[in-house]
Amino acid sequence: MPKISVTVNGTSYSHEVEGRLLLVHYLRDVLGLTGTHVGCDTSSCGACTIHLDGKSVKSCSLLAAQADGSSITTIEGLAPEGELHPLQVGFKEEHGLQCGFCTPGMIMCAADLLEHNSTPSEQEIREALEGNICRCTGYHNIVRAIQSASGQLETAAP
Amino acid sequence: MIPQAVDYKRAGSVSEAISLLAENPDAKILAGGHSLIPAMKLRLNSPSLLIDIARIAELRFITAGDGAVAIGAASTHNDIISNADIQSRFLAMVEAGELIGDTQVRNMGTLGGSIAHADPSADWPGVLLALNATVKVEGAGGTREIAAADFFTGFFSTALEEGEIVTEIHIPNPVAGANSSYQKFLQPASRFAIVGCAVAVVITDGVISEAKVAFNGVSGEGAFLDEAVSTALLGKAATLETIEAAVAGAAEGIDINEDHYASKVYRKHLAKVYAKRALVAACEL
Ligand SMILES: Cc1cc2nc3c(=O)[nH]c(=O)nc-3n(C[C@H](O)[C@H](O)[C@H](O)COP(=O)(O)OP(=O)(O)OC[C@H]3O[C@@H](n4cnc5c(N)ncnc54)[C@H](O)[C@@H]3O)c2cc1C
Ligand code: FES
Ligand code: FES
Repeated sequence: MPKISVTVNGTSYSHEVEGRLLLVHYLRDVLGLTGTHVGCDTSSCGACTIHLDGKSVKSCSLLAAQADGSSITTIEGLAPEGELHPLQVGFKEEHGLQCGFCTPGMIMCAADLLEHNSTPSEQEIREALEGNICRCTGYHNIVRAIQSASGQLETAAP
Repeated sequence: MIPQAVDYKRAGSVSEAISLLAENPDAKILAGGHSLIPAMKLRLNSPSLLIDIARIAELRFITAGDGAVAIGAASTHNDIISNADIQSRFLAMVEAGELIGDTQVRNMGTLGGSIAHADPSADWPGVLLALNATVKVEGAGGTREIAAADFFTGFFSTALEEGEIVTEIHIPNPVAGANSSYQKFLQPASRFAIVGCAVAVVITDGVISEAKVAFNGVSGEGAFLDEAVSTALLGKAATLETIEAAVAGAAEGIDINEDHYASKVYRKHLAKVYAKRALVAACEL
C-alpha cells in the first residue's frame, strides 16, 4: 500500500492508504474533514473541490496517492478558526446558498479565481464556476456573493 | 463509486516509467487521471498498477525553440493556455484549451493524457492535426517521432505501441501570415465537443497559401483532417465567399457519429457552421 505524506490545512499527516482510495474519501473518512462533499459519480458537480498546491481540483477524481507530497486546503482551512473568509461572508450576506451542499466547492473554486483575478467580471465568475453545479439557487446569488467578496457590490455587507 | 483495488507507483523519471510498464503488462500510465480515474470509478477500466508520471519534471515543460514549440506530455491544459509562447503563436491551442471541461479539469488533465486517450470528442487531437504537430514517444526500444496525422488511428486508438509513452508534442512555429482558430459546439454537461473544428491557415498577400482544417467530435472514428475543405481553400482569396464555398463540402464521405446529442444530419450541418466560424476567425474577416 502506498504511504502518503500530505499537509492539510497546515497540519502534516502520514498514512498508509489503499491505492484506490480517492482523495475525497481520504479527507472525509480518514481525516474527518467532512466539509468537502461528494455530489456525483461523474466528475461533474464540483462539490468535492479543494486546493491542491494552490489550485482548485476535484478531489473525487484524484487518488489520495496522487496527492502525496502536496499541500491541501479544504473549506475547513480557508479561514482561521472562528473567523470567516470574505467569500464565506459574501455567501452568507448575499444568500448564496440554500441547502448548502454545493457551497464548499463553490467557495473553494471562487477562492482560486480571486487568487488570480481579484476583481472578476460577472462573465468571468460564471465561467470560473462552470465545473460547479448548484441545484438550488439558480446561481444568481452565488455570483453576487463572489462580487461582494471581491468588493464589487454597492450593497456589500459591512 | 470506488475503483477496483489497484497498486500505485510514482515514477521518478521517464526511464523508470518505461521499465515499470515493461515489467507490468497490466499496468496503466496515470497522468492527470481525469479520463482514467472516472473510468476506473465506473469500473470500465481496472488496471493492476498505476504508474504516475504527472510529477516527472522532464515531462512538464513548454520550450519555444527555433523551429517548434516543445510541450512536455505531462503539461496540464492550464499550463498550456497560460503560457506566453503558446499564446503568441497558437491561438487555436488557447481557444481549445480554455474550453476543455472546467477550471478543475484544466488544472489536472494533461496534453499527453488527452492524446493517448484519443477520445473522438476530445479537443486536442483536432488542434494537433491542424497545427501539423509531431508526437514524440518513448519505449524500451527507443524513441519515435510520429506526425499527428499518423498518431490518431481511430476510436480511442493511437499509434502508441505496447510499453510506449508519449513524452513530448512538437508544434512547428508559425510562419509569416499564419493564424489559427478552434471553435466548438459543446455538450453542456461534460463540455466535450459535439463538433469541434481546428483550422490553421497561412495568408500571403490576401491569398490562402496553406490551409489545414481538422474536426473532432464529428466522426466516431476520431479526429481527422478534412482534405477536401483544406484543398478547396488553397490559392483562393481569403474572403467569406471562398470560405463558404469550401465548407459546403465539409465532412463529406465521413462516417459521421450519431448519438442522443446530435443526429448525423445535424452534426454534418454543425461541421460546416463551425468550420466557417473557425476560418472566419483565422482569416480575421
Ligand atoms: C468533467 C470532465 C470534463 C472534461 N471535458 C473535456 C473536454 O471538454 N474536452 C476534452 O478534450 N477533454 C475533456 N475531459 C478530459 C480531460 O481533458 C482529461 O484530462 C484528458 O482527456 C486526459 O488527460 P489526463 O492527463 O487526465 O490522462 P489520464 O486520465 O491520466 O490518462 C488517460 C489515458 O491516457 C494514458 N496516458 C496518460 N498519459 C500518457 C502518456 N504520457 N503516454 C502514454 N499514455 C498516457 C493513460 O494510461 C490512460 O489510458 C474532461 C474530463 C472531465 C473529468
Ligand atoms: S463529487 Fe467531485 S465532481 Fe461531483
Ligand atoms: S445550495 Fe443546494 S446545491 Fe447549491
